[in-house]
Amino acid sequence: MSFNNLDSLYRSVIMDHYKNPRNKGVLEGSLTVNMNNPTCGDRILLTMQVEDGVVVDTKFDGEGCSISMSSASMMTQAIKGKSVDEALELSKTFSDMIQGKDYSDDMDLGDIEALQGVNKFPARIKCATLAWKAMEKGMKEGLDS
Amino acid sequence: MDSKQIRSYFPILDQEVNGHPLVYLDSAATSQKPIQVIETLESYYKEYNSNVHRGVHTLGTKATDAYEGAREKVRKFISANSIEEIVFTRGTTTALNTVAQSYAMEQVKEGDEIVISPMEHHSNIIPWQQVAKKTGATLKYLPLQEDGTISLADVEKTVTSQTKLVAVTYVSNVLGVINPIKEIAAIAHKNAAVMVVDAAQGAPHIKIDVQDLDCDFLAFSGHKMCGPTGIGVLYGKKHLLENMEPIEFGGEMIDFVGLYESTWKELPWKFEAGTPIIAGAIGLGAAIDFLEEIGLDNITEHEHKLAAYAMEKMSTVKGLSIYGPKDAKNRAGVITFNIEDVHPHDVATVLDAEGIAVRAGHHCAQPLMKWLNVSATARASFYLYNSEEDIDKLVSGIVKTKEYFSDVF
Repeated sequence: MSFNNLDSLYRSVIMDHYKNPRNKGVLEGSLTVNMNNPTCGDRILLTMQVEDGVVVDTKFDGEGCSISMSSASMMTQAIKGKSVDEALELSKTFSDMIQGKDYSDDMDLGDIEALQGVNKFPARIKCATLAWKAMEKGMKEGLDS
Repeated sequence: MDSKQIRSYFPILDQEVNGHPLVYLDSAATSQKPIQVIETLESYYKEYNSNVHRGVHTLGTKATDAYEGAREKVRKFISANSIEEIVFTRGTTTALNTVAQSYAMEQVKEGDEIVISPMEHHSNIIPWQQVAKKTGATLKYLPLQEDGTISLADVEKTVTSQTKLVAVTYVSNVLGVINPIKEIAAIAHKNAAVMVVDAAQGAPHIKIDVQDLDCDFLAFSGHKMCGPTGIGVLYGKKHLLENMEPIEFGGEMIDFVGLYESTWKELPWKFEAGTPIIAGAIGLGAAIDFLEEIGLDNITEHEHKLAAYAMEKMSTVKGLSIYGPKDAKNRAGVITFNIEDVHPHDVATVLDAEGIAVRAGHHCAQPLMKWLNVSATARASFYLYNSEEDIDKLVSGIVKTKEYFSDVF
């Protein structure tokens, strides 16, 4: 069976995060963001514990496709221990990468780089960015308050 | 019915997608357009594009004749009594919102009831939620049977003398269920309620006779029945439309305009403010000619056969759940399914890589998704240009999807 093109989307590291999500759950009493993708029904509940400008811990819950859930898993893994500014910078890099733009190599993307193939599937970009959008919203609202 | 010959009328279907011949199984979202409709639109724009109902020049007369001729085609298509009962709208959504704004907001009072079903498309839910909120009426839902059908005994129990309006879809865009509209309308009328029918998924597939159904309002869209986007129809019984106020005001819909007061044109034009959807209506007329030449009954039968064939083939695939009635007799050509452990978006992406277009998501029916206890589903929907071969490709695509996802884990 030739699914070469699909293999660039469904990389094994993505499927691993989908099947074995990291940081799944809810951190009670921390910064909480709910976000939906209204066109497809995917939803995420992201909780982040931010202390002195650093993401000390974060968890996610929700339902969605392999791309949205693996992206959430990777995102929580990546931002844990980072400062809010670094997390937002990483989000910018991720956003550039997923849209097929040149992206900064200042930050080590690690597993996240596996999602690069999504840029060839425009219909799935919103799946990949859901968790990141939730994180950005949470940081913005958290910093405002 | 020769689906191969019919297919040849649809130029878009003759192409490869991702290296495979296109298998288009998303007609419930929008149908493809036959060359007859495309050429009708082209000739309108090339030869007689003009505004209607004004001016005396030749092109204007030709455009007006074609536009009003399309209204007569629609009247005959649904067996309405007169063209006064046929209002052109932007689509089903606008038609249903017109009934909600113009009829229901005036007629429904605090303490009254509006009855709908959980299988409705969002466009036949939210307008009634808004009416209920603004008027203080109660929005009630008909219960669904285990297979997603509506039982008339439940309609008898749910619709009461407090009910002022019942709004139900003719065919579910998710379950493929065909609802007993005539019988539900009779129960509504026994309780002095009006019957509103969302026929967006009905009109393309089933011969509609509004007088036989005895519905009070019926709405459908051109683009799901081989016509262009941006055109739809609101049918309403004359005595009801006559007593309704327009919800849009401006050009075309007026009789006389003074500085402080104006009066409206007669039916149906009082509901068509602004330059109407001229090309859309003419294109819809051509789509009706096309469908009638093939015969709505032949189309219905063809889709029943395809649905039965698909149900049989798909039920042999292990780990595949199909939602809605198991008996293809009660179904239109819509099959909604999930593959165990594979999210419907992933199913749709893998099928797309094989050139097969299906829909994945909540299908604008979130309350029904909740009832089914799923967050999303995949959906294959058939129309007159589909064949058993398309279904064979779908089934083999589904099997490949399963294999692909068990391989990558």
